[in-house]
Amino acid sequence: MTILDIDTEQRTNQLDSTPPVRLSVDNLNVGFERHGSVRPVVKNVSFDLREGQCVAIVGESGSGKSVTARTLVGLTGGNAVVDADALRLGDENLTALSPKRWRSIRGRRIGFILQDALVSLDPLRPVGKEIEEALKLHGWGDRTSRKRKVIDLLTSVGVPSPENRSRQRPDELSGGLRQRALIASALALDPEIVIADEPTTALDVTVQAQVLQLLEEMKQRGTSIILISHDLSVVAHLADHILVMSGGEVVEQGSAHEILTAPKHPYTQSLINAVPSRETRGTRLAPATGVAPVHTAAHANDEHAGFDGPVLEAEGLVKNFTAPDGTLTTAVNNVSFTLGRGETLGIVGESGSGKSTTARIALALDTADAGTVRLLGQDWSAVPETKRRRLRKQISVVYQDPLSSFDPRWNVERILLDSLPAGAFATATARRERVLALLAQVGLPDSVVHRFPLQLSGGQRQRVAIARALAPSPSIVVLDEAVSALDVSIQAQILDLLVDLQKEFGLSYLFISHDLGVISHLSDRVLVMKDGVVVESGDADQIFTRPAHPYTQELLGALPTLDESHTVAGASVSPSSSTEGQE
Amino acid sequence: MTHTLLARKADAPAPARGRLTVSPRTRSVIDKLIGAVVVLWGAATAAFLAQIALPGDRATTILNVRSGQTQLRTPEELAPINAEYGLQNPIVVQYLDYIGGLLRGDLGISYQQHRPVWGIIAEQVGATLTLTAVTLVLAWLIMVFWVTLTAGRSSRIRALGSGVDTVTAGLPPYWLGIILLLVFALGLGWFPVIGGAGANGIVLPALTLAIPLAGFMGQATRTEFERSLDAPFIVTARMRGMGDLSIRLRHVLRHAVLPAVTLSGWAIGSTISGAVIAESLFTRPGIGRVLIAAVDSQDLPVVTGIVVLVAAAYVITNLLVDLAYIVIDPRMKNS
Repeated sequence: MTILDIDTEQRTNQLDSTPPVRLSVDNLNVGFERHGSVRPVVKNVSFDLREGQCVAIVGESGSGKSVTARTLVGLTGGNAVVDADALRLGDENLTALSPKRWRSIRGRRIGFILQDALVSLDPLRPVGKEIEEALKLHGWGDRTSRKRKVIDLLTSVGVPSPENRSRQRPDELSGGLRQRALIASALALDPEIVIADEPTTALDVTVQAQVLQLLEEMKQRGTSIILISHDLSVVAHLADHILVMSGGEVVEQGSAHEILTAPKHPYTQSLINAVPSRETRGTRLAPATGVAPVHTAAHANDEHAGFDGPVLEAEGLVKNFTAPDGTLTTAVNNVSFTLGRGETLGIVGESGSGKSTTARIALALDTADAGTVRLLGQDWSAVPETKRRRLRKQISVVYQDPLSSFDPRWNVERILLDSLPAGAFATATARRERVLALLAQVGLPDSVVHRFPLQLSGGQRQRVAIARALAPSPSIVVLDEAVSALDVSIQAQILDLLVDLQKEFGLSYLFISHDLGVISHLSDRVLVMKDGVVVESGDADQIFTRPAHPYTQELLGALPTLDESHTVAGASVSPSSSTEGQE
Repeated sequence: MTHTLLARKADAPAPARGRLTVSPRTRSVIDKLIGAVVVLWGAATAAFLAQIALPGDRATTILNVRSGQTQLRTPEELAPINAEYGLQNPIVVQYLDYIGGLLRGDLGISYQQHRPVWGIIAEQVGATLTLTAVTLVLAWLIMVFWVTLTAGRSSRIRALGSGVDTVTAGLPPYWLGIILLLVFALGLGWFPVIGGAGANGIVLPALTLAIPLAGFMGQATRTEFERSLDAPFIVTARMRGMGDLSIRLRHVLRHAVLPAVTLSGWAIGSTISGAVIAESLFTRPGIGRVLIAAVDSQDLPVVTGIVVLVAAAYVITNLLVDLAYIVIDPRMKNS
């Protein structure tokens, strides 16, 4: 595209009263060079970003979306080979910039927001210093005026008592406040373009809604936004134009309306279908994968098969923690629930709500200060560990991040062999066969037995974690944020697998998540927790169609959906005191 | 009383206000001070026991050390010595006298020079402390410069960087000192051969000790430095328009230096006692030479005094290291 073309196009656009183009990407190719050969990771990406509009790039990890974003600020990496027919920011040609010129563009003309401010802001410095640094680097004002500007910026992103907050470090702020501080540092010099790379991943749903609302307001003030996510529902109401990327290529792009209502490419369709919600209950989220789970009869757990009462009963659980400064916090306060055979009980709540502590008590990994847990009708929490050991194999757990619960030096075979109950299999051959059967049940090929955790993809790793949980043939599996770290398309496959396994083995799930969409897809009954207390419980249908408690209503309102016209409710820029207490 | 306390503990956690009202920070300071006193007491006791355990009659040793002769002494000769040093007393009494003296700042009387050990040490300690301080500063400068220059670059430069770290960390200081002496003092004549009190005279002795130390600290820092370079907050800083050198110096370094700070605590103590190599090579005054001379002549009070002094240096620097940790990483204040 020549300059003349752009001029003509701009003129035509102005006639049509479409806003002018700020960033133009034409046929962008990025590869990484290694040992003399170039591995392409971004192929033929083209789009225009206009004033006050939002272009969303959607795809799973490894699709090239983040590389594309980083190339737009000249930080692709040392051994990257970047090639484009045109890469223009206003009248600046981005393909031929000196490092010095790039530095003057970064932060001043293009702001960048990364995910989770806990790691994206320097953990050793107060957030105010980080924001001030953005001003200082571009020679903005003197010390005093910069300090004032930092306070103004924090105020503008809805941080209450900004003077005090600016002196706190990221770890001293709540998730929502520190993400706002990160956004403030990107907005410091009022850049015309803001690139947000997974800005809400790892955030609670209400905080996510607040961040999206903030981006929406920036857009209305004329800032152009590039929003990157693995989840179509996150971008649905903000994006004007959506690019769907897979394997480095744009498989489909178009207006948000087209993509969300009439997706043409099967991959886009699968991304849309992958978003779990109340409506998707009982349906499959992912298209059938290459390796189907093999149905094997033997879930050799007949000892307690005759038992027909609740498999897990918790009564009046209380757990207190003492903070380093001596103050007492009640993490779990009078929590009771029952879990029937073959049933899924969802516990939903934001970080700090006490849901994971409840799970630990149910697993008898933590002792309650008051209350009891009964497993298969027998004393569980009240008896010493030596007596529990007999029942241990009846309940197992899958965590969010299996990488940290695997020994990195053990291969998959050893991980699974180790989790087989002692004495259950007489010969080494029988044990090895059991490992292969477990892998087949979770849809993994035999060939993974010799791989190490680091050599597996996130989805494969979670499948191994599930196989390990199934190894002792349990009645109950506790799933503690088991799909939260996964891309939405991988999450869909794992959720399908969990449904299959439950059907086949009559498993009971205690499903813990901050994500209402996932909870509503899977759960029969739901417990909503806030600050250690169960604020509402009941049938999933009742909770999701007629929520009685204001907090449940707030959570539901904050849930992003694929409905593009839907603006996130319950999310105001100034955080309500109920969700953003001091931490 | 005990019974009811236990019963309450078993029933429910004790309410917060029922506990001793000492803030955790005061508590940790008190714990550290108690620890420091215990370490010093242990070092002093070990030094005392070493004196007792040596073979031979100590009064005889003292006389022989003073006269430079080796012969048997008559009881008449020994009596005044026994009285002067209290050697006729039971060992427990001697020990209590010795500890009591330490508490009053009295390190005893030198066998050989027949004057207070404290005076002998005080004359020499300044030179050693100066050498230690300059060594530490030089080691940090060399380490920071070299790591910042080479860490996280292309694979060839990284290999060079960590290779130099490993080689320098393994250099024997004595050999290194001779090389420095030959090249920079005798060959080029930039520095004096005999280290005087002047600023110029301290450079080569300090380098002799600083170069291996810098390599050692560099090895510990480099790993953390390269890990921090990939951290998301560094990407954020780049996205703000920060240049590479500023990122290395202002963000990455602070995250990478904690292991080297820990090593510095150890290095201060070991440089004080290890300074003898540089001191004898460059004929500098200092505590190291006093120590060697005292060990040679079995002047035990001097040896003991220096041992206690080095232990005290260890204790003080480790308290400083703990403080430095909190300054560098304020998150540790709460843990």
